Amino acid sequence: MFKMALQVGSTHTPEAVLFWIMAPMAVLAALGMLLVKKAVHSALLLAWVMITLAIFYIAEDALFLGIVQVVVYTGAVMMLFLFILMLVGVDSSDSLVENIKGQRPAAILAAIGFGGLLLSLIGRAVSHTAAVGLTATNADGNVQGIAQQLFTRYVWAFEVVSALLITAALGAMVLAHSERKHISQRQLSVDRFRQASLADTAGLPASGVYARHNAVDVPALLPDGSAAPTSISSTLEARGDIIASEPFELTANEEEEN
Amino acid sequence: MTTSTHLLYLIALPLFSSAFLLLLGRIADKWGHILATLISASTFGVGLVEFFAMRSRSGDARAATQRIFEWISVGSFKVDASLLLDQLSICFVLLITGVGTLIHIYSIAYMSHDRDRRRFFAYLNLFVAAMLLLVLGDSYLNLYVGWEGVGLASYLLIGFWNERPAYATAAKKAFIANRVGDIGLSLAIMIAFTQFGSVTFAGVKAGAPHASAAALTAIGAMLLLAAAGKSAQFPLQSWLGDAMAGPTPVSALIHAATMVTAGVYLITRSSFIFDASATSRLLVVIVGAITLLFGAIVGTAKDDIKKALAASTMSQIGYMILATGLGPVGYAFAIMHLLTHGFFKASMFLGAGSVMHGMNDEVNMRKYGGLGKVMPITAATFGLGYLAIIGVPPFAGFYSKDKIIETAFNAGGTRGVLLGGAALLGAMITAFYMTRVFVLTFSGEKRWDEKAHPHESPSLMWIPMVVLSIGSVASGFLLSKGSALVHWLAPVVNSSNVESGKELMPPVVVSALALGVVIIGVFAAIVKYRKSVPLEAPTGSLLTRFARRDLGQDDFNHNVLVRPGRAITQALLGIDHKFVDGIVRAVGWTLSYLSISLKKVQNGYVRSYALLMTAGAVALLAAIWLVTL
Amino acid sequence: MDISNYIYLSAILFTIGAIGVVVRRNAIVVFMCVELMLNAANLAFVTFSRINGNLDGQIASFFTMVVAACEVVVGLAIIVTMYRSRRSASVDDASLLKR
Repeated sequence: MFKMALQVGSTHTPEAVLFWIMAPMAVLAALGMLLVKKAVHSALLLAWVMITLAIFYIAEDALFLGIVQVVVYTGAVMMLFLFILMLVGVDSSDSLVENIKGQRPAAILAAIGFGGLLLSLIGRAVSHTAAVGLTATNADGNVQGIAQQLFTRYVWAFEVVSALLITAALGAMVLAHSERKHISQRQLSVDRFRQASLADTAGLPASGVYARHNAVDVPALLPDGSAAPTSISSTLEARGDIIASEPFELTANEEEEN
Repeated sequence: MTTSTHLLYLIALPLFSSAFLLLLGRIADKWGHILATLISASTFGVGLVEFFAMRSRSGDARAATQRIFEWISVGSFKVDASLLLDQLSICFVLLITGVGTLIHIYSIAYMSHDRDRRRFFAYLNLFVAAMLLLVLGDSYLNLYVGWEGVGLASYLLIGFWNERPAYATAAKKAFIANRVGDIGLSLAIMIAFTQFGSVTFAGVKAGAPHASAAALTAIGAMLLLAAAGKSAQFPLQSWLGDAMAGPTPVSALIHAATMVTAGVYLITRSSFIFDASATSRLLVVIVGAITLLFGAIVGTAKDDIKKALAASTMSQIGYMILATGLGPVGYAFAIMHLLTHGFFKASMFLGAGSVMHGMNDEVNMRKYGGLGKVMPITAATFGLGYLAIIGVPPFAGFYSKDKIIETAFNAGGTRGVLLGGAALLGAMITAFYMTRVFVLTFSGEKRWDEKAHPHESPSLMWIPMVVLSIGSVASGFLLSKGSALVHWLAPVVNSSNVESGKELMPPVVVSALALGVVIIGVFAAIVKYRKSVPLEAPTGSLLTRFARRDLGQDDFNHNVLVRPGRAITQALLGIDHKFVDGIVRAVGWTLSYLSISLKKVQNGYVRSYALLMTAGAVALLAAIWLVTL
Repeated sequence: MDISNYIYLSAILFTIGAIGVVVRRNAIVVFMCVELMLNAANLAFVTFSRINGNLDGQIASFFTMVVAACEVVVGLAIIVTMYRSRRSASVDDASLLKR
């Protein structure tokens, strides 16, 4: 589809239009990654950047890589990220307050220096380079071309990388594995009574049950009328998916009426 | 020049024997001394073979060389470890190994009660090996190795009974005095290298005629300093008296065959330097004349038999040094006196050792007296040596010493009169103090106490003494018969063409004069010491007391050298503590403060480290940016 | 349009990723920023491939992807382990290197 639209191998107008639309959005998305508070949003923005890059790959005659980028990166890797995010807990959001002295200004200074120097060097090196283009190389098809290279010249590297993949899989299993001991109900109850405080021994309070609202996202009320913080899941609290309990709290007037 | 392949054995035999005995340890205790003596004797055998082989050759072919290996090769500077055996070397080789072997034999009996006899013999062999290397090296650098080896061996032997602190101190004193001389030798070698680009005798000899007078004088003065250190000449003579701390055979070896003769050898070997520099020759004769009188005067005041003999050695070496300074004709006479002195001084030292052996190691001559009756062989051999040293004809000293006195007078002018007079005066004092030694020891009343039971020494001790005394009777006549030694040495020291100098005094007159002063000296001593000898030394005149203190040489050294040296050391120590240590501490403190401030970088936060990495990447990019500018 | 614009874009994305690694504290976000840097490098590779007219750049990019996949697997496993023991995914909490 993109191939048809873009006159591959050239920098004609369609590609330029594509670039000037997609590239600023990718940069904005990347910057957004840094600035948003929640990790889930960062992940989604990164997925956007990756899809943009996939489009660019296809525009640049790297059809195979473009597809792989979508399937492997955006599909598999990013889903893995999200999965781990859910596992670790969405409530593990950063506070963006910096607590290492001078880290942020130094980082911005370093970034400006790094980016400036890099752009300047690239400008010197590749600006106005006449591109050979991949039309000739991709004459038999991009996938065939890569396959031929991969299984002839790069076959050893390919095999080594496969060994690396297996090792990484094993390593991840070893790292993530944990011995799970069977704990009996009796032991659990004993542990519960041996806590520092006996306040939660009988279990955490249930969420609020009210005449006008009955859900897990509303905190229960304590005898004095204030909200009980432990009565709702901390995950919901972190997401902000809770309803404030003020409307259900007993006011002094109501108390008098009764 | 003949190329030889077996000169190395001369050095290797005693050297390996020494290493063998030292490494083997106590296992070799029972037979170590026999092995060492056999090795020494076989070295003498090799020397004899070489001597006769040399005699059978003629002219330039007499000198033999052997290249062992390339030692130093730095750019154009090349030094081979190679040996040279010429007419001069062979004299020393025979003296060292011959007298050395006799001393080995003597030591078997003398040291028989010492539990470290094997170690003693290993050191003796080392001494012989080092001395042979000294006289066989074909360059100043090879000589230097032997020179240092001799210094080491003498240190080990003088301090052989190092369990006594005084003896260990004496060994250190000898070593340090020798080091002063060694500085002279190393400086001489360096100057020679800068001047001639070579340190071989041949190379320096070839370059000497073209060198500047200043350079030659400098080399000559430095060589003289070296010789003064090794041969105990003024002003480095102080170690010789204390060197008597070693066992008596060692004293004999040091005084007769090795060590002190090295200085005479060095100057004779460097004759081409001294021939070309009149100033150096003047320095040499001054040192020689001063030392011969100095030693003689000290000798008159000593009551310790070994120290009296040591002073006499100093004086006799002074004669030799004086002779070497008298130009080409003197070298041969110096060597002749050296050889005859080797015999009679060894004979007398071994005699003194024999006396001590019989007298429970008593060395004070005032407690001897009348020993001639109980030790006839010792008395006879010592007496022959005594007659030789004072120069009574036809004993050896007469031939050699008279020649030196004669040559001194023939130096001409005021200098001749002064030098000849000094030599003559020295001869008189020598006669006086040697007679004193002989009379105090062997004749007169017996003055030893009840505990001593003097007896004649075993045959292993008196046989070497007899052999040496025969040498001290006959060697002078044999060497001077038909100027045998002068002709033999002529190719080395260039003496033949100066043979017929102008003679201020005919030899007969000189001999008569010398004999006259000797008789005066002898009679003076007999008159003074024949009758009563107090057991305690009388206070004596100012000069006597001064002479007993070695003419103030130790006081001089202490006040002029040691004290300022200590002051300088103290000052340097202060500078070291305050200035140098201050700098070091300042560096330490600076580093410490830097580390404390740098420590803050290590805050443990991964992100800080990542930031540092980024900064590094920025620096790298900046470098690339600048390079590709 | 000049092809080198792709390279400029790549440099900008790489720099943004670097800032993210230094500034963000959530280990997962830091990790995502590393991924962003790798992707930026890949874009440069692909562009170089186009400029030079051969497939070596694309092959390199392919290998980068594979290695990045390995890295993600191991890295996320580490984060899970870390979270399990410290109940936190903040990189600042793991500041034991100081001691």
